[in-house]
Amino acid sequence: MKNVTLTINGKTLSVPSGTTVFDAARSLGVEIPALCHHESLPVVSACRLCLVEVEGSRKLQTSCSLLATDGMKVQTETPRLIKYRRAILQLLLDSHPNDCLTCQKAGECLLQKYAYQYGVTFREHDGARRPAQTDLSSPYIVKDDSKCILCGRCVRTCDQVEKERQVLAFAGRGYATRIVADDDKTLETSKCVSCNRCVSLCPVGALLDRRIMGKVRPWEAEVRVKECRSCDYGCHFDVYYKDGKAVAVKARAPEPGRPLCLRGRLMTELLWLERPDTPWRKIGGKFVKASWVKVLGLQRLIDKMELLDAPGDRQ
Amino acid sequence: MITTERDLITIENLREVRERARVKLDGRLKGVSGIAAWEGGYKLTGPFYEKQQRVVLRNCGIIDPENVEEYVALGGYSALAMLLKDWDPKRVIDEMTRSNLRGRGGAGFPTGRKWAEAYRHDVPQKYIICNADEGDPGAFMDRSVLEGDPHSVLEGMAIAGYAVGADMGFIYVRAEYPLAVERLRTAIAEAHERGLLGERILGSDFSFDIELRLGSGAFVCGEGTALMESIEGKRGMPRTKVYRTSHRGLWDCPTIINNVETFANVPVILEKGVDWFLGIGTEDSPGTKVFCIVGKVNNAGLVEVPMGTTINEIVYGIGGGAADGREVKAVQTGGPSGGCIPKSLFDTPVDFGSLARIGSIMGSGGMVVMDDTDCMVDIARFFLDFTVDESCGKCVPCREGTKRMLELLEKITKGKGEEGDLEALSELGEVITSTSLCGLGQTAATPVISTLHYFRSEYEAHVRDKKCPAHSCKELLEYFITEKCIGCTKCARVCPSACISGKVKERHVIDASRCVKCGACQAACPTGAIIKQ
Repeated sequence: MKNVTLTINGKTLSVPSGTTVFDAARSLGVEIPALCHHESLPVVSACRLCLVEVEGSRKLQTSCSLLATDGMKVQTETPRLIKYRRAILQLLLDSHPNDCLTCQKAGECLLQKYAYQYGVTFREHDGARRPAQTDLSSPYIVKDDSKCILCGRCVRTCDQVEKERQVLAFAGRGYATRIVADDDKTLETSKCVSCNRCVSLCPVGALLDRRIMGKVRPWEAEVRVKECRSCDYGCHFDVYYKDGKAVAVKARAPEPGRPLCLRGRLMTELLWLERPDTPWRKIGGKFVKASWVKVLGLQRLIDKMELLDAPGDRQ
Repeated sequence: MITTERDLITIENLREVRERARVKLDGRLKGVSGIAAWEGGYKLTGPFYEKQQRVVLRNCGIIDPENVEEYVALGGYSALAMLLKDWDPKRVIDEMTRSNLRGRGGAGFPTGRKWAEAYRHDVPQKYIICNADEGDPGAFMDRSVLEGDPHSVLEGMAIAGYAVGADMGFIYVRAEYPLAVERLRTAIAEAHERGLLGERILGSDFSFDIELRLGSGAFVCGEGTALMESIEGKRGMPRTKVYRTSHRGLWDCPTIINNVETFANVPVILEKGVDWFLGIGTEDSPGTKVFCIVGKVNNAGLVEVPMGTTINEIVYGIGGGAADGREVKAVQTGGPSGGCIPKSLFDTPVDFGSLARIGSIMGSGGMVVMDDTDCMVDIARFFLDFTVDESCGKCVPCREGTKRMLELLEKITKGKGEEGDLEALSELGEVITSTSLCGLGQTAATPVISTLHYFRSEYEAHVRDKKCPAHSCKELLEYFITEKCIGCTKCARVCPSACISGKVKERHVIDASRCVKCGACQAACPTGAIIKQ
């Protein structure tokens, strides 16, 4: 494939043609802030934080969608860009609840990270805020619309598992835009399969893993990556250790060919956690407590083991 | 062979069909008042039309839009027939490029260049889209063309299809235009019947079909890529532009999307020749433009004039100035994306470049005339209210920023403005303009920025003096009874909050603390003694 040579912040590099400026910068070690962009997802350019200046063009361009071309000269941290990034972050904070102290996402929240990086803080105002609508219907996922920044990562990742998932979608318009499950159902009554793909990609605390809440915070945890043994895909899960004990499992970002699923996550919990929480199954649009045997479909295995164990069979 | 009204129209018999149809049309229009023979065709007569030059609206109000023969009678489909017979696609594109026809949807992108880009890509499937999702408040240019001359749009689309190598077209028309939809359906059916659409158009090897897609009321779907998302059955949100739509548009295929008025221009440009077209308008923007002049003006309606006509000529010459003997204060062009132009700049010629230089845009052609009773802050608030409602919610600056801007404007028009609010408005405006994803967001702040620029004193009066100079913002005005009062008691009797007191034949007084500012007293006063201040 043909290469193109461009300059980013004064440093020249060559990348294969078709590479975005965002990725080219990353390969140089230049991190451009972005909330909506993720390597596993289609590019939408919604958050506008990754805007860069390109020499010869007055118009700013989003680096996530801008293809590198020969001779292109890009600046990623000019005073103008910093001013706009601060303004955009301020707009997001103005609609966001100020509860980082107790938010489970603290420490790994991208909004928090960029607000810190660009020195933007919460402020008092009389204007509108996103209504606090928290969906607590699922034992696996907490969906808190008041924290949602509408980056759409969850919608796009849910959309990638065709037919089986495609649960989350945008609804409403303008400031009243929301992410909904199916036609505005709860996670419980919708066809959500609790795979936690959305949770793993949510940059803020709008979609949280409910089974990790209150147990451990990212900075006090030791995280070990485990490969799921539930099926051939081999998805990856993070096992969180606190004081040497495995306390929680969290789905890692979905990778190509690795869809993530509830069964795999529960299997990983059972395998690694000291005291896994009770599992739940969704039956007819209702979550009910279930046994591990039922949830993981182990009955046949157990029957077989018992059969093998039967005293009559022993020689 | 004598053709009948049921025969297929072909390149060979088109002339004969036209001549026969022309005789019928002449017969029908004979003695019809308001229509006169002109330059081999017809024109509408009367003082409102005298100063106009109708190219796009050439047939509107003259032919029967539900009868393709009447369109053919006045030269319809002859451009398409000529191309199919003698021109190769490249020549069509070269001629369109030479005509410098600029997109009439508002942005003014050269049509020929757009077509050339799609032509360049050698792929089996390409699409033509006609953007008929006209949504600016008070604008109905496209509706009139679709209702009055639908075949001109169909022909323009077929020509585009032939030029770039597309065999499929969509017209995305808003469902709130039931008559336009109906007329388009009739026209498409009739064109099919007569061999003007579908397989082997006009007996040639070229096939092209058109389907309708109805919008569901989202203003943002007038944005090209949001419109394509909508046609694909997805939520109407603009796409980020990795590629131009003429390279990868609808279903990732090269797609030409043009506005109704642009397509309606195409057949007549090719029929009468590019040189004829270049003779109209200005070098920067050749041709004519249809405007929808509305608001506080004497003659409201559709106006088509050569590009470069001054605002003065449109507002006063054709529009007849402000209604009710008032004073024109400004004109707002380009709908919610446009700016307010003060009267002092009314000698500006209306073309893409000139309007941009004074902080407004051509837009699709809306022109709202405002008089001295219109508060410019409130006008900005009105347009922003519209944008906030219609923002798709995808990108942060448009979704969050316009909302904050509207909150500031509401605060100011309610007399609660504070020092620093105007600066906050300017800054938000700059951020939204520079960082939004699509045209809607990038222009959302224009009404605010332009009024802040040209009418800053009105803003300052609201913030500092808590006064609305136009006496339009309810919270900032008081009704007051002057000494002209004759004590007839009519005002006190109509007052719904019973806040007017006074004895018969003595001057009455309004208790401002209880007044709800409904204006009923002013309407009832026989001597004009009640004023707003």
